[in-house]
Amino acid sequence: MNKPSITVFAALITLAFLGVTGSSHAQAAALSTEKQDPNRFNRLLPPKDKRTPPVAEDGIHDPKGAGVKVLQEPREAFGVLIKGKGGNYVDWVKSLDKKKIKPLYDLDDPELVPMTVDMNIVREVKGTMPDVVFPHEQHTQWLECANCHPAIFIPQKGANPMSMVDIMLGNKCGVCHGTVAFPVTECRRCHSKAKPMKARQKVSAKSTRK
Amino acid sequence: MLLAAALTTLTLGAYAPPANAEYGDIVINNYSDEAGMRPPIFPHWFHRIRFRCKICHSDLGFKFKAGGNDINMAKIINGEFCGACHNGEIAWSIENCEVCHSAKPGTPTQVHRSTLQTLIMPLGK
Repeated sequence: MNKPSITVFAALITLAFLGVTGSSHAQAAALSTEKQDPNRFNRLLPPKDKRTPPVAEDGIHDPKGAGVKVLQEPREAFGVLIKGKGGNYVDWVKSLDKKKIKPLYDLDDPELVPMTVDMNIVREVKGTMPDVVFPHEQHTQWLECANCHPAIFIPQKGANPMSMVDIMLGNKCGVCHGTVAFPVTECRRCHSKAKPMKARQKVSAKSTRK
Repeated sequence: MLLAAALTTLTLGAYAPPANAEYGDIVINNYSDEAGMRPPIFPHWFHRIRFRCKICHSDLGFKFKAGGNDINMAKIINGEFCGACHNGEIAWSIENCEVCHSAKPGTPTQVHRSTLQTLIMPLGK
């Protein structure tokens, strides 16, 4: 085949492909929205009863594999835990505090309890968001110092510049928050310390100045 | 060839409902596809109910990076990584291949529903 005919062939295939996917999408949409209000809230989000789907229907497990028959259903596990807003819709910190879960801290010594550190770090942030309070207490219940220090956070005040973009790209807090710990959509769990009034006025004056 | 590729994309793309598995499920596909095995899925939620992060991420040396730990079956049989528990004592042993190797063939390495994945693959994909 010469070059132009390959191009034409590819174009035809693409057109046919677009036509078929377009119509099948339309059909699928018609089927799934038949009894639904077209102007409902959150039409692109899975409804609450579709969250935490069965393992065989979650889209990444192969329903033809033997694994799906024996793996625990997350809904069963989460039923006894304390509900949260994002991620797995489980509040893991509260579930641990209320002893709904009793995760081991050491494989060799099941009695070993974590050495927690009760120290809050306040990060003053730019803009009008409340300042960030980082509680060592909750983090050291799960992790030990070397998990974060010094590779992710240099243990020194002012030595760890970061931004929300960094975090969303999976760096700094984003190593865990946005992958397994509650995601950044739960803004106020970190941004929890109201700025003093003077600082707030200063920021708002700055943002309106041209 | 082109047609076959188009048809495959079509069947996968048009009919697969959006994946909505658990937040933090890790798919590791470093070698599995090539070896003709389903890629393994690590459910973070299941493990964090039973173990604190420190056990795997300090004691067992798992780096915080999906696909960033060079895990293979030989190491697991030797008691490294997953093999520290999946040895028939703490947890079921490695002959139960399909319990881990349970992803749809071709599923790429990912932290499922992570912020980064959501940024790259927006709603409806």
